Amino acid sequence: MSTYAQKKGFGGTIWDYLTTVDHKKIAILYLMAGGLFFLVGGMEAVFIRIQLAVPNNDFVSAGTFNEIITMHGTTMIFLAAMPLLFAFMNAVMPLQIGARDVAFPFLNALGFWLFFFGGVFLNLSWFLGGAPDAGWTSYASLAVHSKGHGVDFYVLGLQISGLGTLIGGINFLATVITMRAPGMTYMRMPLFTWTTFVASAMILFAFPPLTVGLTLMMFDRLFGANFFEVAMGGNTIIWEHLFWVFGHPEVYILILPAFGIFSEIFSTFSRKRLFGYSSMVFATVLIGFLGFMVWAHHMFTTGLGPVANAIFAVATMAIGIPTGIKIFNWLFTMWGGSVKFTTPMYYAFGFIPSFVCGGVTGVMVATAAADYQYHDTYFVVAHFHYVIVGGVVLALLAGTHYWWPKMFGTMLNETLGKITFWLFFIGFHLTFFIQHFLGVWGMPRRVFTYLPGQGFDTSNMVSSIGAGFMSAGVIVLLLNVVITQVKNVKVGNDPWEDGRTLEWAISSPPPYYNFKQLPLVRGLDAYWIEKMEGKKAMTPAEPVGDIHMPNSSFIPFMITLGLFIAAFGALYHADDKSWALPVLIIGLLVTFGSMLVRSVKDDHGYHIHKEELMDEEKGAEA
Amino acid sequence: MQAEEKFTYETWPASPERATLEAKNKFLGFWLFLGGETVLFASLFATYLALKDKVPDSTHALAKDIFDLPLTLVATMLLLTSSLTSVYAMYHMKNFAFKKMMVWLGVTVLLGFGFLGSEIYEFNHYVHEYHHTFTSSAFSSAFYTLVGFHGAHVTFGLAWIISLMIRNSKRGLNLYNAPKFYVASLYWHFIDVVWVFIFTVVYLMGMVG
Repeated sequence: MSTYAQKKGFGGTIWDYLTTVDHKKIAILYLMAGGLFFLVGGMEAVFIRIQLAVPNNDFVSAGTFNEIITMHGTTMIFLAAMPLLFAFMNAVMPLQIGARDVAFPFLNALGFWLFFFGGVFLNLSWFLGGAPDAGWTSYASLAVHSKGHGVDFYVLGLQISGLGTLIGGINFLATVITMRAPGMTYMRMPLFTWTTFVASAMILFAFPPLTVGLTLMMFDRLFGANFFEVAMGGNTIIWEHLFWVFGHPEVYILILPAFGIFSEIFSTFSRKRLFGYSSMVFATVLIGFLGFMVWAHHMFTTGLGPVANAIFAVATMAIGIPTGIKIFNWLFTMWGGSVKFTTPMYYAFGFIPSFVCGGVTGVMVATAAADYQYHDTYFVVAHFHYVIVGGVVLALLAGTHYWWPKMFGTMLNETLGKITFWLFFIGFHLTFFIQHFLGVWGMPRRVFTYLPGQGFDTSNMVSSIGAGFMSAGVIVLLLNVVITQVKNVKVGNDPWEDGRTLEWAISSPPPYYNFKQLPLVRGLDAYWIEKMEGKKAMTPAEPVGDIHMPNSSFIPFMITLGLFIAAFGALYHADDKSWALPVLIIGLLVTFGSMLVRSVKDDHGYHIHKEELMDEEKGAEA
Repeated sequence: MQAEEKFTYETWPASPERATLEAKNKFLGFWLFLGGETVLFASLFATYLALKDKVPDSTHALAKDIFDLPLTLVATMLLLTSSLTSVYAMYHMKNFAFKKMMVWLGVTVLLGFGFLGSEIYEFNHYVHEYHHTFTSSAFSSAFYTLVGFHGAHVTFGLAWIISLMIRNSKRGLNLYNAPKFYVASLYWHFIDVVWVFIFTVVYLMGMVG
């Protein structure tokens, strides 16, 4: 079954990716799909800034503007940031713990397809009667009465992709718990693995409330239920609670892996052990814990009362403490280190002041009394873009440059990388810094235009120019990717030369079985320890033996396809279309039928035999 | 230990549900999944409590009007007993007594169907007797969603256990299918625990007003 070195045709490659259960290939799928949605969300952002560049603009209509802002937020959070983080989690985390694969390779593939089809379904709304227009938070008071099918696409699309995320979270949790290499204790795990672990635990407990919220909204809009119909006894605040019980942990689900990426980069390019490793782990877990007790700070103006507001304000400010611990640890990691200014390190440097700005405004909006002033203004828009773009997106761009050689075996051009950084970094501050002031001056969030002479004109133009810089940065990155892949200069195991963790101990990209022999881990920064003792490779923890591998499968695709079809049935059911119910039933039958096939068909996987591994080694030497 | 290996009573491991790496993963992963399910039901309970007795006007029946303790008690006893019988089944699974395990799983399934039947009767009764339908009020939507989600879990659990029984009826136990039976029984227990809460929060608390 050694298909590794075999050359495949185009169709063969497509089939390979449709059926793959290999975490490294799934990582590439996540990177491509997430990247695609990132571009779509980015274009929506550019449309927003064009519309707002000058007063009284009519580039898009008010209704279309609502659709664009809704889709921009939804796409960026659910379909770009999450899957791009999942790309790195899949590509790197199993390697960092010295595992041959994740705990559930089949579910890993299923998770990807669910996310992807959910995202496609949501975006099809543009062509099928209009996108959702109730904002990315889709508050029930607006969403329940939104005309057309936009919100239905939101509800069903996010439901499907949310299932994928939940499955992915369970998979990563189990992988970290059971699949670590000999000697890889919890307190020897790299920070990116730790943050993946904590973020996955948060996914497990944060996504079910979203599932329930979306289900209730679906029942209300498509099946005549009354959860949010006030006249029938319903209550729209329930949606706000369910959404933010999910939504706030979601913010930490995004930022913790971003912290993990930067922790790896700071340590690697300062060529120094991460300062205060155990306090970093502690801070990560604490943020994960506190992340669940702050959701109502999004609802200060809802009218929960002064006691609730005070409690949630204090809990929110408490998160500043572990986050501050992290910031100082990163600074102390660089302190006295032999710092190398690579592209990922540029992003890491840029991240610290940007994210601290977002943190400071975070404490400002956490002050419940003051929040009555900031609420629903551009101040809040500026705040969350400083944490999401200044934190998560910078980390994603840094991670792309940092791990590209490990994922694809080629090195992105450093000069172009630095140009990308400067364009994006300047553009980011140009766009969002001024928005703090716009907010305090009184410009409300989500307005599609404004009148001239209110003091908003110049600032909005500045903000829009910034968006142009960011777009240029992304275009340079895309060029960089194309040029790099066309040149196709292959690199060795440890292209940054300062790799500390296990992923740098094997070839780039790694063989499909990852480690021929599981490595023996002797401490934190396992590979660095061996290098410092003059060794070229890890000490193996086992003799060369047969390796058990999972079989590829088309079933994950089929399970998802069924849900995708069923979603159309549910959506048009509300229009009393006669074909809607049969389509819904057929779709569900495909899904449950595929699950049944998976259950009754034995799948034992296969073994790579010892001799094949030996042959490959000889082939590589020859 | 290999998943395909043939076993006898003597060679059968003490914890067959965790004997291979795959089984260990399945065991752990399913517990994690149940953690997520707990939050799912917690959200549904919270929604139900917020919307309990929230109806448009006084012509609609409230919780204290519709619930009927004898019927609910029968349903509860059926489901609780089925949890016990699934424990017997797993006891025999661990002792490599395939036939006995199948018998107890069969009893579990029958009790499960009994529960499901009583629930269908109950819903039907509410609709016809009290016009308490899915769309009649926020209270009714929340009630049918919470109890219906549980009912859907019961249905899925029954389909799962039955398909496992049919699939493995001729080949006995091995380390590949033992974890599957075990995980299905875990799921069945979870459904039972949720019902304990539904019985308390929806029915008992509903009857006292």
